[in-house]
Amino acid sequence: MSITTQKINFKVFRFNADTDYLPHYKNYEIEVTSEEVVLDILNRIKWEFDGSFSYRRSCRHGICGACAIKVNGKGVLACKERMNSLIDLFGTELTLEPLTIKRAIKDMIVDKTDFWEKHEAVKPYLLNHIEAFPDEEHIVTNDEAEELLEADYCIQCGLCHYSCPVVDVNEHFIGPAAFVKAYRFEADVRDDAHIERLEIVNERDSGVWDCVKCMECAEVCPKEINPIEKITKLHNMLFTEGVAKSTVAVRHAVGFKHSIAKHGLLDEGELVRYSEGNIGVIKHVPVAIKMFVKGKIVLPWNMPKSEKLDEIKTLVKSSSTAKF
Amino acid sequence: MSTLRYALFTGCTARESTPEQMKSTMAVADKLGIELEVLNEASCCGASHLQDYDEFLSLVLNARNICYAESRGMTMVTICNTCQLNTVMTKHKLDSDPAMKAKVNEKLAEVGLEYKGTSDIKHFLYAIIDDFGLDTLKAKIVAPLSKFNIAPFYGCHNLRPSELGEGDNAYNPTSLDDLIAACGGKSVDYEEKNKCCGFHAELQAPRTAALLTGKVIAGAMDGNADWMVTPCPLCHLKLDTQHEHASEAIGREVALPVLHMQQMVGLALGCSAEEVGLQHHVTEVPV
Repeated sequence: MSITTQKINFKVFRFNADTDYLPHYKNYEIEVTSEEVVLDILNRIKWEFDGSFSYRRSCRHGICGACAIKVNGKGVLACKERMNSLIDLFGTELTLEPLTIKRAIKDMIVDKTDFWEKHEAVKPYLLNHIEAFPDEEHIVTNDEAEELLEADYCIQCGLCHYSCPVVDVNEHFIGPAAFVKAYRFEADVRDDAHIERLEIVNERDSGVWDCVKCMECAEVCPKEINPIEKITKLHNMLFTEGVAKSTVAVRHAVGFKHSIAKHGLLDEGELVRYSEGNIGVIKHVPVAIKMFVKGKIVLPWNMPKSEKLDEIKTLVKSSSTAKF
Repeated sequence: MSTLRYALFTGCTARESTPEQMKSTMAVADKLGIELEVLNEASCCGASHLQDYDEFLSLVLNARNICYAESRGMTMVTICNTCQLNTVMTKHKLDSDPAMKAKVNEKLAEVGLEYKGTSDIKHFLYAIIDDFGLDTLKAKIVAPLSKFNIAPFYGCHNLRPSELGEGDNAYNPTSLDDLIAACGGKSVDYEEKNKCCGFHAELQAPRTAALLTGKVIAGAMDGNADWMVTPCPLCHLKLDTQHEHASEAIGREVALPVLHMQQMVGLALGCSAEEVGLQHHVTEVPV
């Protein structure tokens, strides 16, 4: 395939926390060749335009996680993302920004302290009493290793963490990357801290229950780890290990099963009452009245039911695998 | 063009808190000559929450829903982003994992059903765009929405994960913008159009959910939108009914009429405001 070039206008976030009051954007017009990746452009801005331009880079092979940035809002590993595909997607005007503007230190470099603190919070290490002189090997079977393998591929680039909308608005939220790390050790048969770690991810405000299920972590992950799938597995473990307590969030998940067993469909009003409790539900009354006036609330005696409800009842009974 | 026929999985919301969505879906199908056979046997998809509690049960229930589209020999269409994702995730799982498919079918056999994997799952948005065709739609527009700036709001489960999606790029989606243009409206470009409305954490994390809702409506307002339009009834509910909480959370009064994409198409096809159910909106829709 022949190499082609194209003129691209890069609008680049510039900021130096030591000297600048506010960040600004600077435009660079660059002839981009079809074989370049984003990291080549970062290098060329530094080498050809401004030696003070700053960004993190190291391995250039998609394994160190240092060069993660955002292009037109899409999180990318600069060393892995081809310019061709970005131009196909967004055209010839591209904005380069750090992972999170809120935590920018210098140009593309961000302060990842919060990211590492969230990891630390989930005890990202094996907790086990190791015998100094064991009688036999501790064998981990292939199937057991398989369970944690994908989560172990995380390179801690921060793309999912700084693309997560909950991390953006709630500084306490542990975030997808650290949840993946928590899962990695939860799934490790050698680990003894199962309950202790599950209790951490079960916390309100910081734990898995605050996930909004936007799937952005699955979309952005350059290693295709699918963090939300691990978050779901943590949810499942909270039930199987008996860590889930009767909170609004837990009752909300369980409430779906009760409703499906009764109507096939979800009874929306009853789900809110069941989740919030008889007192907690009161705060929803003002909005509920507005909805009722507009014909948006089905009263209990008008609740529609699925046809062949008996089949659904049979399946709920025979296929349930969790208890609460 | 031969008549398009689909098995319609309504989801729960269209049967309860968004009756206007059911009305407008049927009105649009009628105007376009699309035949929709309602899957009245279907259960709730679990909405990504049953999955947190009992993933296997959710697979079995979603597989059962798909069985009823298969037995009709039809493609299933959904009118809710979350129904779409949960159903298509189930299909993906069962089609790629024979052991799990066998396990699920063992349960389904108890009620005389078998999941085969023969029906496609498609959101009505893409049935209109890809199967019916925007050019064919344009030819039928009698009341172009040319005086409206319309902010598309795609909804997460329509876009992500893109490997299960229907062709839109999660970072630069165009389907809803194209649909707005086909209806004669001007689509508003704004940063939040592919972001999250917060619906799924509304009870569990009300502040987070309200902040996300507020940011979305504010973004559309700053883009000078007259309406927002969405293919997802859950996004609709969040944006239409929760704007007061959102305003409180972000410290700015925000509110915009939020139409279901079927309502927008219906209006452009000449349906009355009542036929597409605009009287059911909490935030009034001036048309």
